[in-house]
Amino acid sequence: MLSICCPWCGWRDELEFSYGGQAHVAYPANPAELDDASWSEYIFFRDNTLGWFRERWVHAAGCRMWFNAIRHTVTNEFAAFYRPGDPVPEMPVEVVR
Amino acid sequence: MRLSSGGDIFRDRPLTISFDGRDLGGFEGDTLASILVANGVRVCARSIDAGRPRGLMSSGSEEANVFVQVVSGAGEPMVRATEIEAYDGLVTESLASKGRLLDLPDTSRYDKRFIHVETLVVGGGRSGVAAAAEAARAGGRVLLVHDRATIARGEGVESVVGMGGLTILTRTTATGLHEHGYVVAVERRTDHLAVPPETWSRQRLWNIRANEIVLATGAHERPIAFAGNDVPGVMLAASAVDYVTRFGVRPGRRAVVFGCHDGVVDAARALAEAGVEIARVVDARPWAADEVKQGTEEGSLDVRAGVVIGTASLPDGTLSGAVIQARDGSVETVACDLLAVSGGWNPALQLLTHTGGRTRWADEAAAFVPSQRPQHVRVVGKASGEFAAALRPEPLFCVDGPGSDPADIFLDLQRDATLADLRRAVAAGMRSVEHVKRFTTISTAADQGRSSSVLTVGVLCQELGVPMTEGVTTTYRPPYTPLTFALLAGRDRGYLADPERVSPIQDWHVAHGAAFEDVGQWKRPWYFPAYDGESLHDAVARECAATRSSVGMMDASTLGKIEMYGPDVGEFLDRIYTNLMSTLAVGKVRYGVMAGVDGMVLDDGTVARLSDNRWILTTTTGNAAKVLDWLEEWLQTEWPDLDVRCTSVTEHWATVAVVGPRSREVVAAIAPGLDVSNEAFGFMEWRDAMVGDCAARVMRISFSGELAFEVNVDGWRGQALWEVIYEAGQPYGITPYGTETMHVLRAEKGYPIMGQDTDGTVIPQDLGMSWVVSKKKPDFVGKRSYSRADAAREGRKQLVGLIPSDGSSPLMEGAQLVETGVDLTRVPVPMVGHVTSAYVSVSLGSPFALAMLADGANRHGEELQAVDELVGTRVRVTSPVPYDPEGARRDGN
Repeated sequence: MLSICCPWCGWRDELEFSYGGQAHVAYPANPAELDDASWSEYIFFRDNTLGWFRERWVHAAGCRMWFNAIRHTVTNEFAAFYRPGDPVPEMPVEVVR
Repeated sequence: MRLSSGGDIFRDRPLTISFDGRDLGGFEGDTLASILVANGVRVCARSIDAGRPRGLMSSGSEEANVFVQVVSGAGEPMVRATEIEAYDGLVTESLASKGRLLDLPDTSRYDKRFIHVETLVVGGGRSGVAAAAEAARAGGRVLLVHDRATIARGEGVESVVGMGGLTILTRTTATGLHEHGYVVAVERRTDHLAVPPETWSRQRLWNIRANEIVLATGAHERPIAFAGNDVPGVMLAASAVDYVTRFGVRPGRRAVVFGCHDGVVDAARALAEAGVEIARVVDARPWAADEVKQGTEEGSLDVRAGVVIGTASLPDGTLSGAVIQARDGSVETVACDLLAVSGGWNPALQLLTHTGGRTRWADEAAAFVPSQRPQHVRVVGKASGEFAAALRPEPLFCVDGPGSDPADIFLDLQRDATLADLRRAVAAGMRSVEHVKRFTTISTAADQGRSSSVLTVGVLCQELGVPMTEGVTTTYRPPYTPLTFALLAGRDRGYLADPERVSPIQDWHVAHGAAFEDVGQWKRPWYFPAYDGESLHDAVARECAATRSSVGMMDASTLGKIEMYGPDVGEFLDRIYTNLMSTLAVGKVRYGVMAGVDGMVLDDGTVARLSDNRWILTTTTGNAAKVLDWLEEWLQTEWPDLDVRCTSVTEHWATVAVVGPRSREVVAAIAPGLDVSNEAFGFMEWRDAMVGDCAARVMRISFSGELAFEVNVDGWRGQALWEVIYEAGQPYGITPYGTETMHVLRAEKGYPIMGQDTDGTVIPQDLGMSWVVSKKKPDFVGKRSYSRADAAREGRKQLVGLIPSDGSSPLMEGAQLVETGVDLTRVPVPMVGHVTSAYVSVSLGSPFALAMLADGANRHGEELQAVDELVGTRVRVTSPVPYDPEGARRDGN
């Protein structure tokens, strides 16, 4: 069970949170202008990153607020937690251990 | 045989246990295994497949042979004899590697605890105790868990009991190491007690979160495989010594000690000191030489270079001799009743690898040692593998001697899997140990390969002719030792397993004998039997008839309700619903559908505008939380500029639907100040009203096609409202109804239930609801998807009604729709749709159904068969609104 830091509430166990997939996939400004391929890209396609990954979480059984995190998909380490609208933190440098 | 002295047992506290009906004597401090050894019980189990006699092969958690059924106390189907602490009156039965599940409810209590510490030390041996002491001295909370009854103590071990900041949990096994310092451990609190205190839980599940984890989990001795290595009397060398030192029992009279490192001579000395005659020490290392080593006062040790290639046994199957091949090739059989074997040591690194840790083969230690550690995990003591190098080991896994039958060389004792099985796997093309494991079942038994896994990697590399450094172990997964489901459930059993939600009117429903159904976590009245034993079918027919002809009432309090506040609610709802909401006037109600970005229907419900900035939404009962989450997600992550607040008010309001042509009279009676005429209070409008002294919000919404009013009051006044309506409706024979009647009434009108009649592939247009999809709005969630080719294609499944052609055959939900004339015995049967809802309709005088049918909108009037259990029922396709298609009834008479 991951230990996750809600930017509003602090550290809590994973069971209080729900996962929201890849972060910074914005709803297209004008969906009508997109062709089918670009629209499908928005709906169905997400990165499958091995390494550091920006993703969304929601403190579902807590303050119910959404936030972003940078997590390493292999080690599950978190490098940052930040609120929507906050400056986006840099990706950490990959360290081979 | 019990020695006259020695061991950590209490000789002044004798006890008697029962094993397979035999009473055996022991002492407090014994395990079941040490009592079996003390009483000379050598055959203690049968193997799972071949039924071969098996004896104890170890003294600890690596035991693969002797699992027993515990009959006394709380009982347990399959426990290692080496891990059962004896108490007076313990009753056990031998097994063939398969326990028997008890068919009685488990009445023991189990509980859970959560703890946060700076340092967790797993393992209370010398290294673990030292690490715990060091951490406690540094300050902070320290937890030491140890799977046996007592932690290491005595000479050279610091006494840590009572140390500030240090908590010690004995009889506690860490079973899983997870991310971010999270460890699960099981504390066995009462299994060792003859009479457990009544108030104690039997076991406790510890959820531990630690900043730092120290693994002092020790090492398991590795066996060597050779022909007949499963015969009772073949035992791990350190375990044989362990029986002497921990329990003061002697596992044999005359022993051969066989191994491939310096430790075997030490083991031989220790056994000799306990009075075991050492017939021979066999050293398999290639550079070993025949020599005579100093033994004990009793004599010297005869050490020979060579290997054990087989065993001899007595008629009862127990060991009578070791067949030894010397370096020069000569073979002799040396009589013995104990063959103590050591192939080296496997650091116990299962926990390390549970979450991201890795191991690598280290030739110098002849062992897999830690190579990659998860953050904040340290490995100390024997588990680090460092000690093993000092023993100058030469790896030896398997001796396939001249004349040995590979089917007699056991690699996994618990699975009865042999070298012959492994060779079959290799011959079939398996190269990876993961494949071999699945082909042979090696290391899939209860011990997860504690004694067999590394051994198998070694033999596989040997068979494939590759160096051990290319070998990897299979992946170990939690739990390290089996946990019971009762422990995982803890106190959350029976009615505590899942929360039950009830409406504020629940007491009335119960008092009036309602039958209930589960809708999510809600208990909702299903139907109200009019007399004891009235069937569902009869009750629903009666409830439907009363509602359509006069008036019925239903508790709709469980519907999800979300209040929304802010100047931008209208704009927000326009983006979320497929239809236009912002134009809704105060006092009006509008039906709406929500779709996902893929255009598929998510939920439906009504939206009422209470004031300029205040709105209330209803959702289906099961989707309330999901819809609120959906709204919050869009508001927080996409449109934070919109000034909108959402609050769940489901429990704040009690809602009673008054339904049927006489509902107007009933509502007029309870709310005399409210003008209920069609002219003053139209369909899809809401009004404030007073019911007695209680403020109410009344909505003209219908989920049945009938004239209907939904009366909402403060949840606390719900039951009072219900009773007032029930009373006022008596002149009209008002009939309470439940969810089943509600379903029949709504299905007769073709109102789909989102999630029952729809799945994740249905767009509003498929439901004949193109009218709910706005053409005017520039965008809303899902809009773009309706111009995808798939949304516009011909042949999509569409909602239709079905009536059995004979007017009487019942239809089944889930039945598949097949063209008439299709042979149902020829697979695959081409299917064109499926039944989503099916009921018997009093109003239609026939069973009927809703279904999703390919190109259904163009097939009204055609015949199909609805197939259930390979029986086809002929059905006629109708419009999805079989009852009152003109909508003539919604304003009443």
